[in-house]
Amino acid sequence: MSFDYGDFSYASKDEMLEKSREFWNPGKTDFWVDAGVPLVIDRREEYYLYDMSGKRLLDVHLNGGTYNLGHRNPEVVHAVTAATAHFDIGNHHFPSLARTALAEALVTSAPPGITKVVYGSGGGEAIDIAIKTARHTTRKRKVVSILKAYHGHTGLAVATGDDRFSKLFLADRPEEFPHVPFNDLNAMEDALRGRDVAAVLIETIPATYGFPLPDPGYLETVKALCERYDALYIADEVQTGLMRTGELWAVNKHGIAPDILVTGKGISGGMYPLSAVLVNERSAGWLTEDGFGHISTFGGAELGCIAGLKALEICNRAETRSMVHYISDQIGRGLREIQAQFPDWFVGIRQHGVVMGLEFAHPQGAKLVMRSLYENGVWAIFSTLDPRVLQFKPGILMRPQLCEDLLDRTAVAIDQARSALPRTVRHDPLRSRTAVSA
Amino acid sequence: MSETTVEAVGVPRARQMLELAGWASRAYARYDSATVQRIAEAVVRVAESKAEHYADWAVRETGFGVVEHKIVKNKLCSRGILDAYRDSDYVSPRIHAERKIVEVPRPAGVILALTPSTNPVSTVYFKVLLALLTRNAIVVSPHPFAKECCADAARELGKAAVAAGAPDGVVQVVDEPSIPLIDALMTDERTNVILATGGVPVVRAAYGSGNPAIGVGPGNVPVLVDATADLHRAATKLVDSKAFDNSILCTNESVLVVEESVADRFIRELERSGAYLLKDEERDRVRDVVFPEGRFDTSLVGKDASDIAARAQVRTPSRTRILLAPFDAAVDEEPLAHEKLCPVLGLVRVPNAQRGIRTAVALLRLGGAGHSAVIHSTDPGTVMAYAAAVRVLRVAVNEGGSTGCAGFGTNLAPSMTIGTGFVGRSSLGENLEPKHLVNWTQVAYSTDPAEVMPSFVGIHPEEAPLEPVPPYPVASNAGAPTLTAVPDLPEEVPTELREELRRLILEELTAIVRG
Repeated sequence: MSFDYGDFSYASKDEMLEKSREFWNPGKTDFWVDAGVPLVIDRREEYYLYDMSGKRLLDVHLNGGTYNLGHRNPEVVHAVTAATAHFDIGNHHFPSLARTALAEALVTSAPPGITKVVYGSGGGEAIDIAIKTARHTTRKRKVVSILKAYHGHTGLAVATGDDRFSKLFLADRPEEFPHVPFNDLNAMEDALRGRDVAAVLIETIPATYGFPLPDPGYLETVKALCERYDALYIADEVQTGLMRTGELWAVNKHGIAPDILVTGKGISGGMYPLSAVLVNERSAGWLTEDGFGHISTFGGAELGCIAGLKALEICNRAETRSMVHYISDQIGRGLREIQAQFPDWFVGIRQHGVVMGLEFAHPQGAKLVMRSLYENGVWAIFSTLDPRVLQFKPGILMRPQLCEDLLDRTAVAIDQARSALPRTVRHDPLRSRTAVSA
Repeated sequence: MSETTVEAVGVPRARQMLELAGWASRAYARYDSATVQRIAEAVVRVAESKAEHYADWAVRETGFGVVEHKIVKNKLCSRGILDAYRDSDYVSPRIHAERKIVEVPRPAGVILALTPSTNPVSTVYFKVLLALLTRNAIVVSPHPFAKECCADAARELGKAAVAAGAPDGVVQVVDEPSIPLIDALMTDERTNVILATGGVPVVRAAYGSGNPAIGVGPGNVPVLVDATADLHRAATKLVDSKAFDNSILCTNESVLVVEESVADRFIRELERSGAYLLKDEERDRVRDVVFPEGRFDTSLVGKDASDIAARAQVRTPSRTRILLAPFDAAVDEEPLAHEKLCPVLGLVRVPNAQRGIRTAVALLRLGGAGHSAVIHSTDPGTVMAYAAAVRVLRVAVNEGGSTGCAGFGTNLAPSMTIGTGFVGRSSLGENLEPKHLVNWTQVAYSTDPAEVMPSFVGIHPEEAPLEPVPPYPVASNAGAPTLTAVPDLPEEVPTELREELRRLILEELTAIVRG
């Protein structure tokens, strides 16, 4: 069996993996093989991925929501394909047709106060833009983020996240980027009290940390603290936006009007790299003072904007919103039923819409379940910064039959992962730690 | 590399309506009888209260029919339908102890309803109500000529249903119907059954879609009046029926076949009720107007008799409601022998009832097979001979065809969709009613006398929804105690209070995690 992709081909999956190690990234390649997830994504459609071996996987990782609308969503594919007859990436120096159209659509559907859009080509760049914007606006340098947060790997963004990624490249800068525990308002206020903070940067539900949910009132109070201490509120909605909580942006549900809102991943339907920073009038000053202040050749590439317009339109449909509510309800119920079977092992469900984190009573529990799910035809990823917790992220256009199938497979996989635990662990399961590093 | 199919504008979103309808139908299929009745009642209340509004709108938008008659139809298709099926239960399991069988209702799922321009809102009412009574979701695709009134009506009914507890998306409507869009919806595998009311091409396309379909053929209704008929009563019924909504229902009488011995008396009775007998040269001009080039002019659908007469330069008395157009032979090349959805009634005199039956059979050979026929007679022998001879599936006796065959004024099922059966190229031989939209899972016990079927009394798979469907998603920790109550802090919190708060938060969280 050979694998012919037109301009390139592989004799076998083994040969592909070998070349992946040789020419691309040996660390990553080996990691997944060792983790029992030797996935090389080949064909993809709807919410399905196919490994080179032909093995089919139901995707509830979605690469962090990138495939919110499914893989190769036909409407997005068609929009991009049709656009290639007229558009390319565009020239970032000039006013642009597609960029302006998407900016208008984003502003129109944004939380109150948002007036302008700045584009990047990925989430990290967008976070950098947000930080630069906050610094320009407040003339302050510090940015407060959450301990174990993750906002991307670019120069500024990486410093806002966990040491795991910043120290590797000597990019940690604790004096400019203080981290405070999630859900700890006192720590937050302590960090802001000096009035030397440009912005608080916060994911509405921290993804890579396993989606611990903000305590009721937490984010609202953080916003109030920002106002008190003259810091901007930057909502990182890369993983929680685009209808995943049942509203377009998760901050909408907290009644928060952020100064800056960052979106990426799913915004372009998984068909073209794009990220966007939505800013309010106060933060938009540099766009007038020096419009060339942030240059990005691929930022807001016009083909990406056309994908974005379609993706945003789909997300904003009344039908989509209603479907998310159905999906969230069905999967939530199903998971609670499964949890009732294994209460000592499957110890928690964090859910807001189709943003979900499943907690297991073992320090590496999510890795075990991930592997077992993989064997049962489901792809979900553990939380890098809290491997007890499995990220479980169904798409917003899931069919009822897919949801049922997902739950059936998940029930089997969770049981199997539990059975595979060493007996001592099973009989004396580690109690779940609190989601908060207090 | 796979090709992506480029779909016409609006098609992808319409497909998503079917997807949402699928979610809604799954949820609705679990509802209990009381909730279903409450939803139907709420919808009927809105439909009834807007009967005048939509009757007026439909006539304005389509130019077809008579407002006051459309009001009647809208009421018949809302309150009338609910009353007709008040005691029917399509929701609860049926126990047949003697046959050792239990039947569990299984709704069709997603209904795609194509509605016509002739009876636009009444058909929307009718199909929506049938869907709701049987726990189905419905996507309405109205005829383009009547899309605005129909879309508005469907949306209002849907809102009322959801407000009464129905699942969101249970009633949806396509705003901009087009041929490619309808084709896409009909062939989509998420459509569980198509209810096609409209012209022959639409019905044939529904049957060709590959999906289950209920579509019906056109009518061409003969009405036989024999010498035994109560002529006064028959004339009143016939003129009222032919004038009803200007003959827009497919059950309206097309050709009067009258026994010679009573013909003149009967025509005088008809004239007293508002018919105008066309003279031969007037008849010719009317024929040319109604059937230019031998084909029916659809712009005359549902127009007033006086408008049609004026177009044909025929002067009629002011109270004229229908035009009587005499002709000799029920043959294909006589246009007046074909279906006329306007208040022009063909007239054939026959020497006796036997010839009358032959004439009615001949008319139905030209069109309207499987549809409807009417007879006014007091002789059961003639009625039976007529019914056995005419190739139709309902014969209204001593009643108007328009309403009688549609189940209003007779005990046929009240319906806007008249099954024409196998002879009329349809899967449905009766008037469409709720029972046609539900299958039943039959739970069958062994006939072995040793096997006793237990009692299923009180065992119900259906249940009343406890909250809106779907529930609005809230964070799974939303029930957790809120310690940070007020978002805007009036003043800075003193250190000791902050310590106290920190301790409380930790305690609460620990309790939640443990609990």
